[in-house]
Amino acid sequence: MIEPNPYKSLFAASAQNKRRAAAEKRFHRLGLAAIFVGLSMLAILMTTIVTKGSGAFQQSFITLDVALLEAKLDKKGTRDLDNLKKVTTFGYAPLIKVAFEQVVVARGIETDLTSKDMAAIVSKSAAAQMRDCVLNDPGLIGTTAEFKFLANSWIDGYLKGRVTRETIANNKNVSIAQLDFADQLIELGIIGKSFNIQFILGADASDQRPEDAGIGVAIIGSFAMMCVVLLLALPIGVASSIYLEEFAPKNRLTDFIEVNIANLAAVPSIVFGILGLAIFINTMHLPQSAPVVGGLVLTLMTLPTLIISTRAALKAVPPSIRSAALGVGASKMQSTFHHVLPLAAPGILTGTILGLAQALGETAPLLLIGMIGYVATNMPETVSQGLLSPNSAMPAQIYEWAKRADPAFYERAWGGIIILLIFLVTMNLIAVTLRRRFEQRW
Amino acid sequence: MNSQTIKISARHVDVHYDKTHAIKDVSVEIPSNSVTAFIGPSGCGKSTFLRCLNRMNDTIESCQVSGDILLDGENIYDPKVDPVQLRAKIGMVFQKPNPFPKSIYDNVAYGPRIHGLAQGKSDLDALVEQALRRAAIWEEVKDRLSAPGTGLSGGQQQRVCIARAIATAPEVLLMDEPCSALDPIATAQIEELIDELRQNYAVVIVTHSMHQAARVSQKTAFFHMGTLVEFGDTKTIFTNPTDPRTEGYITGRIG
Ligand SMILES: Nc1ncnc2c1ncn2[C@@H]1O[C@H](COP(=O)(O)OP(=O)(O)O)[C@@H](O)[C@H]1O
Ligand SMILES: [Mg+2]
Repeated sequence: MIEPNPYKSLFAASAQNKRRAAAEKRFHRLGLAAIFVGLSMLAILMTTIVTKGSGAFQQSFITLDVALLEAKLDKKGTRDLDNLKKVTTFGYAPLIKVAFEQVVVARGIETDLTSKDMAAIVSKSAAAQMRDCVLNDPGLIGTTAEFKFLANSWIDGYLKGRVTRETIANNKNVSIAQLDFADQLIELGIIGKSFNIQFILGADASDQRPEDAGIGVAIIGSFAMMCVVLLLALPIGVASSIYLEEFAPKNRLTDFIEVNIANLAAVPSIVFGILGLAIFINTMHLPQSAPVVGGLVLTLMTLPTLIISTRAALKAVPPSIRSAALGVGASKMQSTFHHVLPLAAPGILTGTILGLAQALGETAPLLLIGMIGYVATNMPETVSQGLLSPNSAMPAQIYEWAKRADPAFYERAWGGIIILLIFLVTMNLIAVTLRRRFEQRW
Repeated sequence: MNSQTIKISARHVDVHYDKTHAIKDVSVEIPSNSVTAFIGPSGCGKSTFLRCLNRMNDTIESCQVSGDILLDGENIYDPKVDPVQLRAKIGMVFQKPNPFPKSIYDNVAYGPRIHGLAQGKSDLDALVEQALRRAAIWEEVKDRLSAPGTGLSGGQQQRVCIARAIATAPEVLLMDEPCSALDPIATAQIEELIDELRQNYAVVIVTHSMHQAARVSQKTAFFHMGTLVEFGDTKTIFTNPTDPRTEGYITGRIG
């Protein structure tokens, strides 16, 4: 016998139906709550990064008129460049003291500081800055020139509110009197904060000069590595995927290869780092800390992921397209390159860019091959230098800064993270856009 | 009718998929300028046998074909034969319309392009138009040749696929249930088209519809569980079958 339909009237909801509706509503709310939690986490993360890191893009500068005395810089008065080069930064340092003494007198600043203590509020990079300037233009000697020096990290911290009179009670690097002095200079407009392009373009600096450190050289290092990865991983990855997916016979050997590619994708990146150290540096004697080695290591790391995503993209192309091409007498290769590959291209591109982004954020393997932050001190001048001379990468530079004791470096680590994230977000946006562009073709 | 000229002659063909013996000792002779229908219940091996004729089975790794298949007296399974060249001579239309995700023009022009059949753009244009006309779809698509082939209706897509197949100037046209995904009107259009195509090609059509076989074909082969039960003039098969299995299928007792 067939049971009669359990629902009586359409308007009277049965008990079972009520339970079902309630369950759906609960699930709905749960989903919304999950999304809300996720978004708030993201918001917290973003605000933290921006508030902690934005300081790195602002820097305190001290504007001073410095008399470039001939007696100190060019005793012979010949302006001969070789002679001028003999004067080291020690020869320039006294000029800053003199400049401060003059400012104190001219602007009526009240302070008990010695000229040495006054000059100490300027970054240790100031003398070198003057020297570079003079060597560039020896005609400046004997005149008075205006310089915009970096303030040292303590004064900079004072302007940014990181350093206060309470926190420096026992600090040997900065005194309360110096802060009082700085207050007067701020009022006179001699010290002020402004945008610091050198943080984005500059090189890393020694422990003593956090105010002078920039991430620019490490950006170049990262860029050089990405070029190596793209140039190697894309062709090798796509070629092996096409072979495995379209041409290779299905047998024990290809099964074995397939399983191992999946395994390699799960290998921790530090393993690739030590592999790179053993093979590329110790056996093949490639230069240490060089972006080309970093690029090779990251290629090894990216390849398995790239192959897996490319094969997935190829698998997603309907087999009927292949039959259609073979049916009109196309060869296997023509079918692959004329029809399958173009259809798989958006997927392949997305996989490649995401693989690159992953490589860009990788730190551990780079530390093992010596691409540690502090080597990023010289801007490479040629392509081969960019690939072969010691450099670091953005995440390694950030790690290096975070590791140093001075809180001013900590701020720069956060600033570096902002730049790294901007790169990653840009790459992901490119991936999404490419995907949309290609998929909308039909 | 000159249906006596034999285009394809298959002798003692056996096909195995790993352990499945899909085709058992099938011999059949396909005449030119006529339509030959393969009928039989689902899973009896019609598609498998059809795919032997243009060596599409080569792409299935587990598939083993033995026996001889001669196209104009030449063995297509001879090691010297390049299956790619063979498939340019034997066009194929599939069960599900499968246009390339490219423009209608590029769909039809693809074959001539890869086989170098056209000299220059105007030549290719003429070839494409001719193929589309023969496939009875020209009037419907002539104003939107650059529109995607995938945007057409199922019946139109299938006719574009037929145009694509005949654009390479094949001598034989294989069709695997070309109407099974189409509505009755589109089916009628394709059937009419098949009847016209017979002027120029040897057409082999797989169908599970006996009525379709009766309407379009001159010769019919009835397959059952991998064997060729009966092969002969369509009229004879439908009115006076010799094998009881054929009779059972036609009258609806096997199916
Ligand atoms: N690719 C394949 N791999 C293994 N077995 C197959 C394959 N294609 C078809 N077969 C088997 O071969 C037999 C015939 O199939 P097919 O030729 O598709 O029949 P039909 O087209 O008459 O319905 C069936 O038993 C089917 O399971
Ligand atoms: Mg079939």
